[in-house]
Amino acid sequence: MHPLLLSLVLGACGEPPTEAVPPPQPVSIDGSSTVYPITEAVAEAFRAIEPDVRVTIGVSGSGGGFKKFCSGEIVLAGASRPIKKSEVDACAAKGIAFVELPVAYDGIAVVAHPTATWLDDVTVEELKAMWQPEAQGTVTRWAQIRADWPDRPFHLFGPGVDSGTYDYFTAAIVGTEHSSRGDFTPSEDDNVLVQGVATDPDALGFFGLAWYEENHDRLRLVPVEDGKPDNGAGPIAPSMETVRNGTYQPLSRPLFLYVASSALDRPEVARFLSFYLKDGRALVSEVGYVPLSDVAYELVQKRLAARTSGSVFVSGGSQVGLTVEGLLGKER
Amino acid sequence: MSTALSPTGRRADRVRERLFVALSAVSVAVPLLVLALLLGDVLRTGLGRVDWAFLTSYPSRHWERAGILPALVGTLLLNATAAAMTLPVGVAAAIWLEEYAEAAAGRGGRARRTAMGWLARLVEVNIANLAGVPSILYGLLGLGLFVRTLGMGRSLLAGACTLALLVLPVVVLASREALRTVPDSLREAAWALGATRWQLVRRVVLPLALPGILTGTILAVSRAVGETAPLVVIGALVYLTFLPTSLSSPFSALPIQIYNWTSRPQAGFQTNAAGAIVVLLATLLLLNAAAILVRARLQRRSRA
Repeated sequence: MHPLLLSLVLGACGEPPTEAVPPPQPVSIDGSSTVYPITEAVAEAFRAIEPDVRVTIGVSGSGGGFKKFCSGEIVLAGASRPIKKSEVDACAAKGIAFVELPVAYDGIAVVAHPTATWLDDVTVEELKAMWQPEAQGTVTRWAQIRADWPDRPFHLFGPGVDSGTYDYFTAAIVGTEHSSRGDFTPSEDDNVLVQGVATDPDALGFFGLAWYEENHDRLRLVPVEDGKPDNGAGPIAPSMETVRNGTYQPLSRPLFLYVASSALDRPEVARFLSFYLKDGRALVSEVGYVPLSDVAYELVQKRLAARTSGSVFVSGGSQVGLTVEGLLGKER
Repeated sequence: MSTALSPTGRRADRVRERLFVALSAVSVAVPLLVLALLLGDVLRTGLGRVDWAFLTSYPSRHWERAGILPALVGTLLLNATAAAMTLPVGVAAAIWLEEYAEAAAGRGGRARRTAMGWLARLVEVNIANLAGVPSILYGLLGLGLFVRTLGMGRSLLAGACTLALLVLPVVVLASREALRTVPDSLREAAWALGATRWQLVRRVVLPLALPGILTGTILAVSRAVGETAPLVVIGALVYLTFLPTSLSSPFSALPIQIYNWTSRPQAGFQTNAAGAIVVLLATLLLLNAAAILVRARLQRRSRA
């Protein structure tokens, strides 16, 4: 920018913000758009009982939320994936210790057009064969995946590569996080994906279970077989029940809230969180997600009370096929 | 026009002209039709949703109870503040470029080699380029400059400053256009009467150009009303249960709320988004109507 213009602008904008009487510091939250509806519901319900506590929520994605969290701008970060090693380091560099709190599950639904009645189920291997990077240009027809499927080209739909859902799906199906074929139709807006799959008889797509449930009359849910009979035999369709009890695998993932340990000394933050983990359970299903089991919530509450800092996802990145009980139970 | 045309040539030309007119008419009709479709769709889904409660409620998980109060207030404050900052700066820059620098450099591109002329040229090129910079870059600039370096935080002021920067080049360009419409004969008359440059600008040029300047500014600001990307970067919030009390307050804005609602799974939130779009459009329409009114008023006064 030209120096003259810059100085003109600075002249107009250079004064520091007017210092009014500082209002009580809000409980500032930011992060994943997937977690947002839950946090919004909890904040709204919390306001009914504590109208004086101010809660603000922004939506800048899991990564954007961690960036703000690790620079101390916010006290709570919502995330649809565990914190990454680089983000843990960024927090540590700023001296920010945090407590990791799983708050709900989200199922990723595999869906097709309602007329695809021959598509009764799909295995993880078949999904991998369709989505892995090597499939681009070579695997293009249904019949290449399963012999009795029609000999027509299939069309893939999925969330954009910046989304946590894409990261998790690729980790769970392809085996490498953030790696898939490139010739699918991506959209950052899941409603666009719903629209795409609902109007294409040869479509196969994936997105959050909540979007399937709101549009179940124009989509066909495809049960997924993970080939591991010990967590439920045969192909399993996602539902509140199968996501919570860990049988819909590997496409169930936990959603997280990260809280700065220092903020737990603020009574209103502590009260908001205990409200989140107690009264928030009912709200989770109200907004279309899957609540944890009671055992899991107890473990999370214990973790909060003990202020256990750090992440259980030591290796970083999305991990597949874990329940919160399994994760936090290991710690004891 | 000077070429003599044979009768047959004239007839062929007339056919060509008709074709051209028809093509032009289609070119006008297509965007209008698309606009009408968009407006019709939004109004059909959204208009019924807009009522007093929708305008005065805070966000909610129940779409039928959710409202746009913090977003609407945020948008209005943000743009009013931005306009207040950008108008004096933009108009002053335009006056300098048009009335002072041009004169120093010599009109008609005679002497661009003077230092002043060179500076004016540099500023001009920069402003023209800045007008075409994608708005997200202004967001990043605002994040670095206002939010971080100047320590404004993710406040209303930082958002307003960023929007002010965003529309500044457009305001400068529009104001220059308006200043250029003032006939040189009037300037010469003022010179002849012994006016100084300041008197000329203050008494003759500015009053005559003001309607155009204000129209341009309001149109530029209405562009900023719909901006989403820079506000996302600056850190506009989605959920707020209080209104800004000062320029350092956190804020929300209508485009942010609309974006959030369109990406929700429940159909009710799509209706809310359409409702919020209707309100945003109404705000824009009001702004533009204000621009037309102001212009008409000032023009009448300057003619009298």
